[in-house]
Amino acid sequence: MPRASVSLEVNGTRYDREVEPRLLLVHLLRDELGLTGTHVGCDTSNCGACTCHVNGEAVKSCTLLAVQADGAQVTTIEGMGSEGDLHPLQEAFWDNHGLQCGYCTPGMIMASADLLARNPDPSEAEIREALAGNLCRCTGYHNIVKSVQAAAKVGVPS
Amino acid sequence: MSVADQPKFVGQPMRRKEDPRLLTGRARYVDDITPQGTLWCTFVRSSEAHARIVSIDTSLAEQRDDVMAVFTGEDMEALGILDALPMAWVPPGVEVRNAPHWPLASGEVNFVGDPVAVVIGEGRYAMQDAAEEVFVEYEPLPAVTDIERALQDGSAIVHEEFGTNEVHQWSLGGGEDLEATLAASDVVVERRVVNHRISGAPIEPRGVVAEPRGTGLTLTSSTQVPHFVRLFLALLLGESEEKVRVIAPEVGGGFGAKLQVCGEEILLAACARKLTRPLKWIETRSEHMMVTHHGRDQIAYVRMGAKRDGTLTAIHSRIVADMGAYLMLLTPTIPALGAFVMSGCYKFAAVQTDITGVYTNKCPTDAIRGAGRPEATHMIEVCMDQLADELGMDRLELRRKNFFTEFPAETALGIVYDSGNYHGTLDKLLEHFDQAAFEQEKQDAAGRGRLRGVGFSTYTEICGLAPSRVTGPQGFGLQTGLWESAMVRVHFTGAVTAYTGASPHGQGQETTFAQVIADRLGVDPANVEIMHGDTASGPHGLGTYGSRTTAVGGEAIVRATNKVADKAKQIVANLLEAAPEDIEVAGGKFSVKGSPEKGMTLAEVAGAAFIPDENWPEGMEPGLEETAFFDPSNFVFPFGAHACVVEVDPETGDVDVIRYVAVDDCGPAINPKLIDGQVHGGIAHSLGQALYERIHYDEEGQLITGTFVDYCLPSAADLPSYETDRTETPSPVNELGVKGIGEAGTIAATAAVTNAVIDALRPAGVTYMDMPLTPNRIWEALRGTHTETGGGSSGEARRDGDRRETQ
Repeated sequence: MPRASVSLEVNGTRYDREVEPRLLLVHLLRDELGLTGTHVGCDTSNCGACTCHVNGEAVKSCTLLAVQADGAQVTTIEGMGSEGDLHPLQEAFWDNHGLQCGYCTPGMIMASADLLARNPDPSEAEIREALAGNLCRCTGYHNIVKSVQAAAKVGVPS
Repeated sequence: MSVADQPKFVGQPMRRKEDPRLLTGRARYVDDITPQGTLWCTFVRSSEAHARIVSIDTSLAEQRDDVMAVFTGEDMEALGILDALPMAWVPPGVEVRNAPHWPLASGEVNFVGDPVAVVIGEGRYAMQDAAEEVFVEYEPLPAVTDIERALQDGSAIVHEEFGTNEVHQWSLGGGEDLEATLAASDVVVERRVVNHRISGAPIEPRGVVAEPRGTGLTLTSSTQVPHFVRLFLALLLGESEEKVRVIAPEVGGGFGAKLQVCGEEILLAACARKLTRPLKWIETRSEHMMVTHHGRDQIAYVRMGAKRDGTLTAIHSRIVADMGAYLMLLTPTIPALGAFVMSGCYKFAAVQTDITGVYTNKCPTDAIRGAGRPEATHMIEVCMDQLADELGMDRLELRRKNFFTEFPAETALGIVYDSGNYHGTLDKLLEHFDQAAFEQEKQDAAGRGRLRGVGFSTYTEICGLAPSRVTGPQGFGLQTGLWESAMVRVHFTGAVTAYTGASPHGQGQETTFAQVIADRLGVDPANVEIMHGDTASGPHGLGTYGSRTTAVGGEAIVRATNKVADKAKQIVANLLEAAPEDIEVAGGKFSVKGSPEKGMTLAEVAGAAFIPDENWPEGMEPGLEETAFFDPSNFVFPFGAHACVVEVDPETGDVDVIRYVAVDDCGPAINPKLIDGQVHGGIAHSLGQALYERIHYDEEGQLITGTFVDYCLPSAADLPSYETDRTETPSPVNELGVKGIGEAGTIAATAAVTNAVIDALRPAGVTYMDMPLTPNRIWEALRGTHTETGGGSSGEARRDGDRRETQ
């Protein structure tokens, strides 16, 4: 199998790797870089569990080959906040019980951050529409929507 | 009782202790775990619904440098797999035809996805390629997918050795003579109620990592039942139980789909042992939809009788239930669980359920959130509305007239409902609902050409599985006890670690159990760690399912904690020269009643217990650690009242859920925030089934809805906000007074939505509809046409005069 070079910055750290050209970005992040907070929940780009930011925009990292991210700046959930220093969205999801099993949560937070960067004061309908590409089976979405509303209220750094 | 006089933490809507690791991506799910030297496994699965395997050519795959081994169904003995996969229900006096089901099929495949080979080697992607280089020649056999056709003469037979597709017949009934009671009724409503097939669809699919370890084996699996998995690994692989360790790491949702002992778990363990390498398999979503057990798929012929004044007389359900191609751990048990609540909240004089299980060439069914009880509640609550229509009676008046009002209440089945206040939840629901406002909104909607309707569901469910003597081998027939365990360990510093035998995976018991312990020991929940999901630590446990974790596992935690508190009181009483019964937990201390200044913190008590000195009570063991096992005396019966308001666009058949209001009673809240979360998710699961989701096969047994693209798992844009409230009626069955809440929303909601849609369509002449209430089906029902074809149980719609318009 031929290999291709990919250089990218993830959460502020530069990585250079030789990868299979067909390697998906999500598997580069998870299997090569050990950033396992980005999850995989489907094989048809429906569930959004793999959502991260590529050059500042939310992207389902299963829809991109790793080589397509060459030169990109990527942010994953690990780059959003740490246990002692949570991002306002993480704090809002915690306060509002916006997660149960936690599997969809990183993708939900990354998609929500993208929404709030574009629209700092979204309506409930706008939140629901913006998160339509991220599936959750636990929460029924009610508390996820509340979490995003709460984060919007306190303001989120872009 | 050692409950703190004033609970400080129980009842509080605390944030969850488990969340920081989940929010930051630091939690470790099974796919996040890859031991050094791990090989990947990919399954080759049947493309045919029913076929003889003529040959399997593995040579091309085996020639690849990156492939270490390929195994097929012929290798079970060589791999040391001693027996077929388990089915744990042996109801006394009932024959259950159980076809042998091995981790890999041999000779014949019986559904699309039936695994025929596993390819093991280097690389996640490479093994997908390698699996495509295994060539299987099939000789197709006739397939059957429709459960009613499967029982007819001349049907294709799934397992030839039985000569029939009938798996079993099982009945539960009680009270007065059924037929005589129905005959003496003034009105009998008869309906064929279809409850279609769904997928559990946790967002994390299943996954397994198997690691050989010296003389033993560690299996990490995304499971709800690590101890069951360990037991069957030991039995099927001939390993001694203590050498097998099963870990449920962070588990990304279960909903019953992971209440299973899976072929992949057994096979990976056997192959890892054979190859002496760690092995890993992560299910793809497509595999999940195709092979991870489905739920529901029943047709019920319901007869419900009443007197002219609305007094209910009898309910009879003849249920034909799709088992799929094989019987998994609990497959035939599931419809039977519904039979236990077939009386609903109502005083029927006669209750009878007759179940026929049927093999089809489809994925096996088993427990999915609610497991039999959503099906039962749906048929009861939908038929209550149908009956009210026949009687010309108000739907809620009919319900109220027949509610049990005295508790404990014994149904005609002899089942005793532990507690209840059905008028209470319905009263509270109606306060929120506002009937007058609804009538106005309905008129406004009509002005816009929309059909608005409201549906109600007043339910009770059986949960807190279970009293072992009732559910066990001599009773219901499950080949296990269903108690739960807990161990509470106080450390030198007064910090606490507790082990539960339950296996929570999103429900939040790391928080709620810590709240329960903290109150009883006078400590902060922040210093109470709840451990679960590892068979190498803590006592044997039964796992998380059936809304049992708090009602059974939580009570085990209470009992172990009470033992610790009792010992602490003896230690304190001895040191403070008081009587143990005069010691109470207050203000974070074990202190003498009436003298709060005289007391010791748990840390001080632990210090005394870890360094016993001359003041240590004679004969008392050092340390501060206790274990408890709890087997309840009865099930618990949560209940509630739900209302759903929908608006239908008659031009498109599209349904908008305008409001969903739920009032539930699961006893005193430990953490109301988490109860709401469970209710929200439970409702969403059923809104999904009622409006969108369907596992659908064509007549040849090919799966049509095999991905999230076609299965229509609802997104945030498809679902409403929910309005929730509670009443608190304590259960007498456990000290906490709690009943389960994980399945309540799911059990209640399909009937509320369906009744709402029928209510909306009634002015247009539609009097009955089966789920899923998709735009196409509603559009057709409004026009009295039907075009649907397929290989499953098709629903029906009825119009005025009970003229059957569709099949």
